[in-house]
Amino acid sequence: MKFIKFLIAGILFGIVMAKSEAISWYRIQEMFRFQSFHMYGIIGVAVVLGVIGVYIIKKMKLRDYQGNPIVFHPKDKSYPRYLIGGSIFGMGWALSGACPGPMVVNIGYGFVTMAIVFVFAIIGTYLYGLVKSYLPH
Amino acid sequence: MLQFLQQPWPWYIAGPLIGLTVPALLILGNKNFGISSSLRHTCAACIPSGIEYFKYDWKKEIWNLVFVLGVIVGGFLAAQLLANPNEIIINENLKTELVGYGMTDFSNALVPADVVSWESLLSIKGILMIIVGGFFVGFGTRYAGGCTSGHSIMGLSALSWPSLVATVCFMIGGFIAANLLLPIILSL
Repeated sequence: MKFIKFLIAGILFGIVMAKSEAISWYRIQEMFRFQSFHMYGIIGVAVVLGVIGVYIIKKMKLRDYQGNPIVFHPKDKSYPRYLIGGSIFGMGWALSGACPGPMVVNIGYGFVTMAIVFVFAIIGTYLYGLVKSYLPH
Repeated sequence: MLQFLQQPWPWYIAGPLIGLTVPALLILGNKNFGISSSLRHTCAACIPSGIEYFKYDWKKEIWNLVFVLGVIVGGFLAAQLLANPNEIIINENLKTELVGYGMTDFSNALVPADVVSWESLLSIKGILMIIVGGFFVGFGTRYAGGCTSGHSIMGLSALSWPSLVATVCFMIGGFIAANLLLPIILSL
């Protein structure tokens, strides 16, 4: 039962992603061709709201539902991984027309072929784990 | 009301709702928003291996897998209850470009049937887009330590420099693939 809130949050997130068409292959292609403002609007406004939310949490030292201090997990301060990994991810995003969130929304939506994309994303993850120590980070 | 919800939701409705996911998860669960870590947890949970990267207590991260399960259910509910009865509106320039590659079927609402289908898996075009695309997403996001949600939404919300660098690289990779690689691939 302690997970039910995450299930509900996920359901709401999935519905918003589907209804805003952020899961659409076409919207992603439009974004990377500067043919539509839609995706930039979604991500831009989401970040503004997120920044405000995080600012309020930090400024007012808000606590979580159990009264514990809220913990942020800062990303490593090393840049090769973001430059190389980020570019590889971006190419995959444009090629498949979906990042991990939209992939799973699409599967739920009924585009079962997206499960193949997801399976290969899992394989990509596994291979990364396998060769991680040989890569510059 | 239902008809209103069935229309595509504009960015100024969806953007705030997605943005609010960040403080909601922080306060309701003390969790940092991010979806691609679920790929790692899935590997750790399902594929037994001695690989260092997958040796951690994934059971502590079950919330993340439950969240992703919810996202799948959300997609299902959106399709069953709120599907847009009209054909998706596609930018005319994009449509003209796609027709030029021989794509004809735009009826499949959100994804092109010419690309995302079982048949296309048998073509080089489909293999490059579906299989290589999916592989790059999984490999790239774990290499970069996050995807659009973890870096571009959560990371930027926390004003993290690494996340800004990652987001810029996501976009650069996407611009290259969409404008230089896809025209070649779609012409195959």
